[in-house]
Amino acid sequence: MAVVLVDAGGTNIGSVRYALQRLGVDAALTADPARIRAADKVILPGVGAAGPGMARLRELGLVELMRGLTRPVLGVCLGMQLLCTHSQEGDTTCLGLIPASVGRFAEAPGLRVPHMGWNRLVAKRPHPLLAGLGGDDQAYFVHSYAVPVGEYTLATADYAGEFSAVIARDNFHGMQFHPERSAAVGARLLKNFLSL
Amino acid sequence: MLSRRIIPCLDVRDGQVVKGVRFRDHVVMGGIVELALRYRDEGADELVFYDITASPEGRSVDRGWVERVARVLDIPFCVAGGIRSVDEARAVLHAGADKISVNSPALERPALIDELAAAFGVQCVVVGIDSLRDADGEWHVRQYTGDPAKTQALARRTLDWVVEVQRRGAGEIVLNCMGSDGVRAGYDLQQLRTARAVCNVPLIASGGAGTMEHFRDAFVEADVDGALAASVFHSGAIAIPDLKRHLRDHGVVVRL
Repeated sequence: MAVVLVDAGGTNIGSVRYALQRLGVDAALTADPARIRAADKVILPGVGAAGPGMARLRELGLVELMRGLTRPVLGVCLGMQLLCTHSQEGDTTCLGLIPASVGRFAEAPGLRVPHMGWNRLVAKRPHPLLAGLGGDDQAYFVHSYAVPVGEYTLATADYAGEFSAVIARDNFHGMQFHPERSAAVGARLLKNFLSL
Repeated sequence: MLSRRIIPCLDVRDGQVVKGVRFRDHVVMGGIVELALRYRDEGADELVFYDITASPEGRSVDRGWVERVARVLDIPFCVAGGIRSVDEARAVLHAGADKISVNSPALERPALIDELAAAFGVQCVVVGIDSLRDADGEWHVRQYTGDPAKTQALARRTLDWVVEVQRRGAGEIVLNCMGSDGVRAGYDLQQLRTARAVCNVPLIASGGAGTMEHFRDAFVEADVDGALAASVFHSGAIAIPDLKRHLRDHGVVVRL
């Protein structure tokens, strides 16, 4: 199985790659359109801001290519947000593959932003990506912007209100948390993605 | 609900984990990767590695062990130690660290915080603050605390610095209360509460943990997001699974 990590400059690329290695999969790190198009699974990692993330995809000529992929795609953290329609962060037009608008956590007394740490995942509908997810399972989040709950939401987490932790539409999937840093729970979810 | 984090801190010197009392007299606690995995297995939520001599020696953190840790560890970790430029931070993040923490170099040149936040996003940028109460009754920042001979007391007030680093782009603050560090008499709740009142990003308590109650106090009474400790974990005085059950039984949300 050919798994590629899209090299869009995110700093967590190495971590995601190591996590896949721990699952026995050697993922290629690439920005080569031909390799991405030919891959069985495509992962779009990302740490950073939406504007520079999209700019990087445009520079690499990957925007239309990403939109046209038909095999399973997983966006992680910023990578998930880039799959959406729009991000409030830098008023950025994103890939538009999942009909959601990414917004900043609203200011609230005692609410610290970024949302940083372990939070419980709550499954909202059955999906192979969530196979084996237990009721007390937690994942590690680090983000200031979030995807609201919608029909694309597979799982939520709660931080002064529910937001999307896992989303999917057709062959496009996103995880707001870092599966590569979410211990056994994260490994399980990554393995589920590889099995799609 | 967001869980409160338990964060073992591993002070790194010459490729090994060390611990001193009040930042002095370091003894070797074990290998970096070995201790990292031990704490992961025990349920640590995150690890912080401080290359404690990098800043006083004017060098950046050694990337080799960062990469070795990143390959095997599946919980987040933060690396600190002499990171004084965007390029050095990028190297550490690309080696696999989730966050970088700056302390002395940010005091030398506060714009470093702005540059790091612009390059990587605030979520990668932790600012460590070493703080001690002085004769004037105010908490002041200390610099180069990795080497007692080079440690400097600054005129800068701790609370002013807490506010400034957030404005510049700190995504998390680790407040190390040096007066209580290594002596296991409890976190400095008064200082932490005061900092909490002006801190809108995650705040991590550091320095002074000796008992499970100390952790509970820091979470419940000072409302910190995480509690960092070293000697009580290295020595085995507190086992993380026991600590987490204790916290849960006292109403603190944790990951078990």
